[in-house]
Amino acid sequence: MGEHILQNVDSLFPRLRNWGTRATGNLNRHWDRVRGFLLGTRSRYGLLFSTVVYAVLVAIGFVYLYPLLFMLVTSFKSPSDLLNPMVRWIPTELYLGNYIKAFRVLNYPSTLLNSVLVSVVPSVIQTIVCSVIGYGLARYRFPGKSLLFILILLTFIIPPQNTVIPQMLAYRRLGLLGNIFSLILPALGGQGFRSAIFILIFYQTFLSLPPVLEEAARIDGASEARVFFSIAVPSAVPAYIVSLIFSIVWYWNETYLTFVFLEGGIQTLPMQLSKFVQAYENLYPPGIVSIFDRINEAVKLSGTFLNILPLLVMYFLLQRWFVESVERTGIAGE
Amino acid sequence: MKAGNRAPLLRYRTRRALQGLAFVTPWIVGFVLLTMIPLFQTFFYSLNQVIVSATGIEQTFIRWQNYTRALFTDPTFVELLVEYVVETTVSVPIVMIFSIIIALFLNLKIRLRGIFRTVFFLPVVITSGPVIRELVSQGAATVPMVAQSPLILNLLAGLPPILRTPVNYLLTSFILILWFSGVQILIYLASLQKIDRSIYEAAAIDGASAWESFWRITLPSLSTTNVVVAIYTVITLSHFSESKIVRYIYSQTYDIKGGIGYAGAMSFLYFAALVVILLLVYFALGARRKG
Repeated sequence: MGEHILQNVDSLFPRLRNWGTRATGNLNRHWDRVRGFLLGTRSRYGLLFSTVVYAVLVAIGFVYLYPLLFMLVTSFKSPSDLLNPMVRWIPTELYLGNYIKAFRVLNYPSTLLNSVLVSVVPSVIQTIVCSVIGYGLARYRFPGKSLLFILILLTFIIPPQNTVIPQMLAYRRLGLLGNIFSLILPALGGQGFRSAIFILIFYQTFLSLPPVLEEAARIDGASEARVFFSIAVPSAVPAYIVSLIFSIVWYWNETYLTFVFLEGGIQTLPMQLSKFVQAYENLYPPGIVSIFDRINEAVKLSGTFLNILPLLVMYFLLQRWFVESVERTGIAGE
Repeated sequence: MKAGNRAPLLRYRTRRALQGLAFVTPWIVGFVLLTMIPLFQTFFYSLNQVIVSATGIEQTFIRWQNYTRALFTDPTFVELLVEYVVETTVSVPIVMIFSIIIALFLNLKIRLRGIFRTVFFLPVVITSGPVIRELVSQGAATVPMVAQSPLILNLLAGLPPILRTPVNYLLTSFILILWFSGVQILIYLASLQKIDRSIYEAAAIDGASAWESFWRITLPSLSTTNVVVAIYTVITLSHFSESKIVRYIYSQTYDIKGGIGYAGAMSFLYFAALVVILLLVYFALGARRKG
């Protein structure tokens, strides 16, 4: 599309071009070279165009990352840096005290382990179940299939608060409240967090795979389950990876359901973060500790950063899978 | 080989249908037990005065009183509901336009494209309720130079109240709105890459400018994507656990004055508002496709 913009720019300055053609050949050649450098040629973008594109992207990128930068910088500020209005972006010293406190307040090792458990186990189950359902929808014809699609979309739309209370009461009766099973059970039934999206991802994936191999296996006498596990699953590995990592991220960040179902039982990182002030004051009672050890925004933001740190690590390790996910699974536009 | 013996008895198509149903059975069971029954149950609660005690749940049937209370006597709920509708209808076009623009930029053949893509997708990975709450409370969700400048504050004071709420919302949570665009950017990017490049070349030969090809080729090719993105955006914004109305409903669940019945009624009113927004968005985008 760059070329089209360039042609447009060219037509904006007809007088310049006329001047260029009227001038001597030598001047003309120079003019062409300068213009090519600034505005680009057929084969590459010009300096002017690239500068504008990069400027816009960097500016928006900065605005995008501003909350993160702010958090990171503030979390390294010592109490005296916080009070000093001169210190805005560069703390005077690399102060780790906030992190030490936040680490203790969050009870980091055990809540981290809980968060990993609570996000990985339901995600694995949700991915497997959604793939089975997606396969059924992609490969078989049965009555009521279109109704099923409508209902699957409906589960995506229904706000969680419309179903959460009876679920919670049922789990309480079964003694599952505060237990990881209260998250596993919905995942088993394809009603986990955003299951509908994953079902559609697998539906798209299996639909795009040629059914020839599966038919050949069937003729050779393989059962339906065998066909699914030994032929369909291995050819859909990218969809499994994408679903699994998105599922983990969304389960990790989901707080509404985990609050209702796990409160009083398993403590996850986001849950602990949301009662950070209270937990802090239990550990460091405000009347007893010195004024520098009172809670401040730097400690809170260190806690927030510790909260997202595992996700950031996962993102940078697996970023290729994240950013290429939509193209790989082809969920766009269908 | 039991299945092999029975196979000839059933017609091929019936057998396939049963096999297909077997694959989706977990979903049907899960849907009935964990979505449909709880949904009806919540609706039933919403028609009752529900008191949860140690011994059990007491219910008294009060018809639509919870609904009338939410709509006509509870000023907070109506205010929050209106705010939710306004904020969502303001955010959706912003998210869409922003994602299209970023996707167009990232679709260019420029260097560092991968890094920019990583940056714009980052928020999807880290956005959770408590994290957002901390960032907002520390004032990190807005660019301070813009939101607090006297010029803007004066401008804001001069606006009529109908416009003031959305503009103020825009200023205070601009970055947050952008943070909700990560997945959408990728969806647009994938769709842009599917458009056949030769159409652009043909148009360019016929003398179409970049501007014209954007409106005549790019945008029409994105019409389905627009609907997908808009619906996704509305749902993510509406299900966000930090949205004020969601938190209000949640707090009323455990309130002595409110309780499960009242929270249920509010949930259904909220659900209705969500469906209305979805329909509006759907028809707004559908109408443009025809025109």
